[in-house]
Amino acid sequence: MQQSFFTVDENKKIAKDVYKMMLLGDTSAITAAGQFVNIKLDGAFLRRPISVCDRTDGVLTIVYKVVGGGTEKMSAYEKGTRLDILTGLGNGYDTSLSGDAPLLLGGGVGVPPLYLLCKELIKEGKKPSVVLGFNTKDEVFYKEEFEALGVSVTVTTVDGSQGVRGFVTNALPERYTYFYTCGPEPMLRAVCAATTTEGQLSFEERMGCGFGACMGCSCKTLTGNKRICKEGPVMKKGEILW
Amino acid sequence: MVKTSVSLGNLVLDNPIIPASGTFGYGYEFAELYDINCLGSFSFKGTTREARFGNPTPRIAECTAGMINSVGLQNPGVDKVISEELPKLKTCFSKPVIANVCGFSPDEYAYVAERLSEEEQVGLLEVNISCPNVHAGGVNFGSSPESAAEITRRVKAVSKKPVYIKLSPNVTDIAEIAKACEAAGADGLTLINTLLGMRIDLRRRKPVIANKIGGFSGDAIFPVALRAVYQVYEAVSIPLIGMGGVSSAEQVIEMMLAGARAVEVGAANLVNPYASRDIVAALPAVMEKYGIQNLEDIIGGAHG
Repeated sequence: MQQSFFTVDENKKIAKDVYKMMLLGDTSAITAAGQFVNIKLDGAFLRRPISVCDRTDGVLTIVYKVVGGGTEKMSAYEKGTRLDILTGLGNGYDTSLSGDAPLLLGGGVGVPPLYLLCKELIKEGKKPSVVLGFNTKDEVFYKEEFEALGVSVTVTTVDGSQGVRGFVTNALPERYTYFYTCGPEPMLRAVCAATTTEGQLSFEERMGCGFGACMGCSCKTLTGNKRICKEGPVMKKGEILW
Repeated sequence: MVKTSVSLGNLVLDNPIIPASGTFGYGYEFAELYDINCLGSFSFKGTTREARFGNPTPRIAECTAGMINSVGLQNPGVDKVISEELPKLKTCFSKPVIANVCGFSPDEYAYVAERLSEEEQVGLLEVNISCPNVHAGGVNFGSSPESAAEITRRVKAVSKKPVYIKLSPNVTDIAEIAKACEAAGADGLTLINTLLGMRIDLRRRKPVIANKIGGFSGDAIFPVALRAVYQVYEAVSIPLIGMGGVSSAEQVIEMMLAGARAVEVGAANLVNPYASRDIVAALPAVMEKYGIQNLEDIIGGAHG
């Protein structure tokens, strides 16, 4: 974990209620895809945990959904705004278990962390395929960004307005060696039931600190109590107690 | 050179800053960021006899100038605290620590207190009496002078270390409870615990917190905490450790002027992991600004 200041370089709407923010600052503490950052907002008491969508030296990209007063305030931040951010939080995805053809399944605002993961898997010589699920076509984002990485991308929408009608589980490829997923909990359950391989899932919970001090986001697993913010947010399929 | 050290009975702290129980774990998360030996002491996560997962999630809610938590005393139980957590804690903190003791019956309080008081690293016990009494319909021990005194007597009878009782603000007259604890033999008091509060999620039309209500802490409660310390200082003569919404060296001094000998910092640690260290660092300059040479001289200075 590291606390440092970032400067907003870009903050734009990319889908219904969804914004992409690029921040300039020290990204060295972010060591794995699937980690998150915790952002101090003016006027809010607790920080807001947001998953890392992409990181390069000096540039952090997050994609977030406006769900309440805090994220609404975030959406109004202009270029040049300085933000106090804790980086390098959480365990992140373990890419060593992926096999040669991992499957990435993202649901709604669970899509962003899979982008950096996809890049890392490709860098390791693997051939990921990606399924992105949304409610409707107005909410679809990052399809082109994933395609630009040279991977196969399938979009699903619940109302059928774009891509395959239904859920990500309606568009599973025939062959995959492992899965990585992030999305709302009902989706994670469905993914676990529908997939035939092992995999890793990223969970959400309301957090106090985001770095393991307050025990606010604990959950029970087959391997003991875990803090979503510290031992998570990524858990293995085999350890989850639904 | 200003003098920041303060005494709590025989225990002398280099400075009065103490991260509060439940906001500092067992110290390691913070020791990754800075040398926590700069702190006066810290109060580690509350301990019960058995391991506890605590309450269902969500356990955290955002509020204006504060937060609600209903963690529900998650901890690995006294055996593991002693066999695993304290040895690890010792590697990052070399001063005496404060052991926060919880229980759901007088016997449990006495058992946990006795065990933890035998640990060399433990400088004093802080007894959280805001737990529900499972044998009396879940009424908090801290809500009546009689039950607060009973816990004080039971813990005092077995503890090898000074016993400080942590008072709840969710009572009609906190001074009355304080007097009962003092009469029952408490060596000191810590105050205040969190205020009961709640939030409702407009989308779901249900409480945000799974347990419906929780403990409200953070900036907003500072005036309430300060008032409680001021009132209790007038009612008792044992040392007080003040806490509630403290996030600056100025507020530490306010707490001490109200009557606190030391000051705990709670929710601020969760928002800014460096909060306690920053307060320690800022304290000497703030003392100089207000013409304070020795912190011991100002304790209770706002009275009379």
